[in-house]
Amino acid sequence: MLIELNNVSHIYQDENNVKALKDINLEISKGEFIGIVGHTGSGKSTLVQLFNGLIIPSSGTVKVNGKNITNEKSNLKETRRHVGLVFQYPEHQLFEETVFQDIAFGPKNLGLKKGEIEKRVKEVMDLVGLGYEEFKDRSPFNLSGGQQRKVAIAGVLALKPDVLVLDEPSAGLDPQGRKQLAELLKYLYQELEMTVILISHRMEEIAELASRVIVMHQGEIVIDDTPVKVFSQEQELHKLSLDLPQITEILHRLEEKGLKVNTNLFSISEASAEIIKALRSK
Amino acid sequence: MLKDITIGQYIARDSIVHALDARIKIIITTILIIALFTIDTFSGFGYFSAFILVVILLSKISLKKVLKGLKPILILVLFTLVIHVFLTKGGEVLWAWKFISIESEGVYTGFFMVSRIFILILFTSLLTLTTSPLQLTDGIEYILSPLKRFGVPASELSMMMTIALRFIPTLLEEADKIMKAQQARGADFESGNLIQRAKSLIPLLVPLFISAFRRADDLALAMESRCYRGGEGRTRLHELEFKYYDFIALIIIIILAVAVSFY
Amino acid sequence: MSLIEINGVDFLYENDDSDRPALQNIDLQIEAGDFAVIIGSNGSGKSTLAKLLNVLLTPSKGEIFVAGLNTNNRDNTWKVRQKVGMVFQNPDNQLVASMVEDDVAFGPENLGIPTEEIRQRVDKSLEMVGMAGFQKFAPHKLSGGQKQRVAIAGVIAMEPDCIVLDEPTAMLDPQGRKEVMETVQYLNKEKGITVVHITHFMEEAINADKVIVMNQGQILHKGSPKSIFRLVEELKDVNLDIPVAVEVAEYLRQEKINIPDILSIDELVDALC
Repeated sequence: MLIELNNVSHIYQDENNVKALKDINLEISKGEFIGIVGHTGSGKSTLVQLFNGLIIPSSGTVKVNGKNITNEKSNLKETRRHVGLVFQYPEHQLFEETVFQDIAFGPKNLGLKKGEIEKRVKEVMDLVGLGYEEFKDRSPFNLSGGQQRKVAIAGVLALKPDVLVLDEPSAGLDPQGRKQLAELLKYLYQELEMTVILISHRMEEIAELASRVIVMHQGEIVIDDTPVKVFSQEQELHKLSLDLPQITEILHRLEEKGLKVNTNLFSISEASAEIIKALRSK
Repeated sequence: MLKDITIGQYIARDSIVHALDARIKIIITTILIIALFTIDTFSGFGYFSAFILVVILLSKISLKKVLKGLKPILILVLFTLVIHVFLTKGGEVLWAWKFISIESEGVYTGFFMVSRIFILILFTSLLTLTTSPLQLTDGIEYILSPLKRFGVPASELSMMMTIALRFIPTLLEEADKIMKAQQARGADFESGNLIQRAKSLIPLLVPLFISAFRRADDLALAMESRCYRGGEGRTRLHELEFKYYDFIALIIIIILAVAVSFY
Repeated sequence: MSLIEINGVDFLYENDDSDRPALQNIDLQIEAGDFAVIIGSNGSGKSTLAKLLNVLLTPSKGEIFVAGLNTNNRDNTWKVRQKVGMVFQNPDNQLVASMVEDDVAFGPENLGIPTEEIRQRVDKSLEMVGMAGFQKFAPHKLSGGQKQRVAIAGVIAMEPDCIVLDEPTAMLDPQGRKEVMETVQYLNKEKGITVVHITHFMEEAINADKVIVMNQGQILHKGSPKSIFRLVEELKDVNLDIPVAVEVAEYLRQEKINIPDILSIDELVDALC
């Protein structure tokens, strides 16, 4: 069991005292690719910040690798080595003079030696598609938005976490940028065997990448299942003001109108082939 | 954590204190500050404090809320007290150990200074508690505008203050986010000696400043697009208007200030 | 004469060391009452074009006329800016005041409108964007969609002929995007305000009167939504998001299934069943 939440609730200690999370019980195992969806304010961002101890819940326990991180004695730096978190618009955290130094920030904080740091920076720049020699000495602030985001993500990957959490990593990216990101995530998940947790508003992204989908609403987990099962619950999702992936919406509507199609296909080419088949056999 | 800082927080209420014109309140506060510094005795402070309590009552803001806003300066107050108690000499020796001594003059001065600071912060925070940021900046602009003929850009200064106040909560939120993002990469803002902690702020301050500059750039474009070109010819949604009770309040304060200066 | 006329416009940034101008050969007319959508990916020049419309920038070559006023003439700058209001991408970095009503009043205050009238304009504008009742709210307590609507209200309060929106939904969640698009469409259809909407989301062009596709500083195509959406391969080549329904229709057409030009899921489903 990689991450375990038991009876976790959290209330923000500000003027509004909003109950952000209500009695959450959750288990995340190694090798999962989890998509988290939900309305803005449903508690998704709060939830994932519990995984690496950035937020300590008002009540309940959080265990990472069997260790309870909600008590005061826990070494949170150690936890953050294992659970990496990429925030929304991560390029806003860049601060160093060169790309190399910014990516090296994480490894430096972990106390790694110079040789190891250099090795890691090279590795992650390769992973995200930034040429080492070309970019290492450049100022992060002279890069395009897409390149800056790659630097920021590389900065977290340099910690070599077992679990990678990303909060809306494709926000503001163009189609090409999104494609590159999806390929990176697939690679991390399949080749490097990272456990990936992805928060996104883009249902297409979730349907394409996730093996498990968690739907949140007003601080609670309301659905926790495979993408096929989650996205077949059209009524439920609409009630929660959530959309289906567009291709799923199309297949559902065609089925309602009497066309015999398998509604559990998420790729556009497969779904189109299915529709053609159904039309021809009418 | 950072969100708990409420700087000059405005609490809206339907009270006579809130209804007073911002300019009058600024002038009154200035008069009271001067008066405060002419007081020589604790009894003078006593009368002053009694007066402040009456104003707090009139403002319909609970005393508890008012005092809560003073928490941040508690450290400053204690520091001042300690300095005076240990360093100001004179009168009889109350306690001594080797070369350190506490003497009665020190104790007296310590408490005197502390009382003064306390009262000062109390009624200046009353000003910001009962006057909205916009009213304050408008009031300051009005008071400074005679200086325009000497080249003081009163309207522009006022605009700067308005924008600064508007962005404080936004920048605090952003600072929080940046802190968390850096902590997620193993940054530690809490341990180490003073120098280490100062250095650890760089990953927080650099992105924050860059973001602030970017915001300023964007904001300038937006303001120009909405035809902002300085203070000339601008009208206002909320016009400041003197009412009869503003002058009554002013006269009362002047009388009190003069009276209290005899103590 | 069109409300906005762009004739033979080029634009080159001062410190630009790239091998081409930011804008080249732009010819475009926007008629009063139009809902024009300019789509393009990053680097297409669309934001540069937006800034030329309200004289934040002036052309390096060519001319732009707004309601007959030539933007190259510096005397016209403020008049043009009252006629062409602009809403930007970052919801936070447009709001100037600590209270919603004070921010919406900012534009009219700059125009020297009398106090009484400012009050009326503020309340009316907030109502038009669906934010009536939010007068005393602080900006940082609003959602992204709400902030953008307040920004739009701030522009409408100046009673412009045209609103230019430069990627107003790029930083919003789906809920916020919906709110903004509904507001913009309402203002155009019900209030007759000319809208120039700049975006990289093709879905937002479905209800446009004219769609302009930009790439690398030039206009690639101009036409009705249906004529533009048909060009699936070309649009993919210039890095634009094709709505899923349109892609499906294209797949079907390639397999010789007869589908008319469709823009939305509704139209696709209707065409097939």
